[in-house]
Amino acid sequence: MRRRLPFMLALSLTLLTAMFLVVPALMSMLAGVTSVYARGISSGLTTEWIIEVWRLYADTIWRSILIALLTLLATLLIGVPVAYAFVVNPSRFTRILDEIMTLPLAVPGLAVALAMLQLYGGFTDFRRSSLFIVAGHVVFTLPFMVRAVAATLSAVDIRTLEEGAASLGARPLRRFLDIVVPAAMPGILAGSLMVVTLSIGEFNLTWMLHTPLTKTLPVGLADSYASMRLEIASAYTLVFFIMIMPLLIAMQIAARANAGKEALP
Amino acid sequence: MTAGVSIELKGIAKTYAGGVQALKPTDLAVARGETLVFLGPSGCGKTTCLRLIAGLEMPDPNGSLSFDGEDVTRTEIEDRNVGMVFQSYALFPNMSVAENIGYGLKVRKIAPAERDRRVREMLALCGIEALSERAIDQLSGGQRQRVALARAVAIRPRVLLLDEPLTALDAALRERLRGELDQLLRSLGITSIYVTHDQAEAMALGDRIVVMRQGAIAQIGAPRDIYFRPASRFVAEFVGAANVLSGEVRDGSLHLEGGKLALAGTGVGHDRSLMVMLRPESIRLIAPDQAVWRGRISAVSFLGDRQRVTVTGAAAQPVTVEPGNDLELAIGDLVGLDPAPGSLVVIPKETDSA
Repeated sequence: MRRRLPFMLALSLTLLTAMFLVVPALMSMLAGVTSVYARGISSGLTTEWIIEVWRLYADTIWRSILIALLTLLATLLIGVPVAYAFVVNPSRFTRILDEIMTLPLAVPGLAVALAMLQLYGGFTDFRRSSLFIVAGHVVFTLPFMVRAVAATLSAVDIRTLEEGAASLGARPLRRFLDIVVPAAMPGILAGSLMVVTLSIGEFNLTWMLHTPLTKTLPVGLADSYASMRLEIASAYTLVFFIMIMPLLIAMQIAARANAGKEALP
Repeated sequence: MTAGVSIELKGIAKTYAGGVQALKPTDLAVARGETLVFLGPSGCGKTTCLRLIAGLEMPDPNGSLSFDGEDVTRTEIEDRNVGMVFQSYALFPNMSVAENIGYGLKVRKIAPAERDRRVREMLALCGIEALSERAIDQLSGGQRQRVALARAVAIRPRVLLLDEPLTALDAALRERLRGELDQLLRSLGITSIYVTHDQAEAMALGDRIVVMRQGAIAQIGAPRDIYFRPASRFVAEFVGAANVLSGEVRDGSLHLEGGKLALAGTGVGHDRSLMVMLRPESIRLIAPDQAVWRGRISAVSFLGDRQRVTVTGAAAQPVTVEPGNDLELAIGDLVGLDPAPGSLVVIPKETDSA
């Protein structure tokens, strides 16, 4: 019995911590499907609020998905070749470039957004479109894609693989598509999930960059917290949670598959 | 199959960005169908030379490289049509064995039916038919080596270039694959250039061996030439065990600490001092009273097929002798040393300065 005591203590502490984190989330989600939150569950459960959220904010949800996909496309087109260049030509120049690219992570998003507004504010059409937010998200998520792909490519001898392909007659573009991209695939997958998740949840930058006509999901959330009744804000949170959860789980699975691959000789 | 091309290097040199000259200006001719082996310690320039012929490196200006008289000095590797086998094999992990072997044919836009036929032919040639659909990470080291070779030969290259292809394997497998490789290269009759630091591999595979040192050619010759008639002390010691002895010449004999060696037939003139080389297996151990050159045994290692004996007092340095395994020897025995006729090689002094 005495030996079980530390285990029981550890278990209780873990459960308490989990409750501390999970209970508020559960309460919030519950609030989203409660008829009148002030009267509690006894007032009955309803999907009325979720339907209301859809009526009010469906455009923010679609916009967030679109922005995330465009951000993903841009980070793939820029990030994979950049990561490849970093791995194949490690030099002082590429190291400095890597540092500069990572800088927006350390600088507060608000400051980055302000800089972008100062620089591009004059291009009215661009500034008013969702592409302006995409640009901000690319600045913020690019280092995640580059790091993930570069880490995967560093683990294989990509230079010799390419030399092999070149000796067989494959030209640079062909080698990149046939050899480099497949070798980088685990990193591309992990980086992509990261970029999409970060883009969908990004608030700091987006809040500064958005216009009333280019609200994203997190910006809409803030808006609903400030101006709508609690049940609608909660239902909105529930929708966000349902969207982001599969991405987080996929990220975990991808990370595990990757770790498993590297463990093999 | 294809007989390959002849290769000619004229003044080919390579200086890296840091100013390091990896290869000094080099002239070399490789005959059609020949297997030429570059042999030397690491950093001697042998791999640089191979990479220059492959087109993986570009030579310094002024040199020229030609295949069958066609100037390929500035031709990109993609257009040189060379087969390359890397030390790490560089097999594509995202493709099966058959896809790896067929990759060069696919790049050349050869029709799928013809491609299949040639892939199967290569699989058969290398004895790996059963592995055709395997993934690369399911192959052993020896199997990978065979796939890499099949992939390089499948494109019917003008030259086959092999960069230490057996180094990553364990000793027993290495010896077996060396035999297979030798047979394959002879049956293909393709011009091959083989880089290694292993002198046994070089002797077994090469029609000719190019011994390299510090970015320059130290000696070119058939394996027997290199072994029995080394041009310098470096070559003598690199291609096998060697006793290098220095002494005074008087009355047609070389005088050493433990006696003298007759110099008849070596063509030596009237030098006052001389450096000579004797291979350990070419010295016979005889009774001391019958000998003009003597020493005392200081170590004996029995190696099974032969034994290695160290004799001190015969020359300034201990002399190594490898007699048969039937001789009973003990440390401290006085023995006579009898070099086989013609085994004494005079090493030119001037080439030893480097």
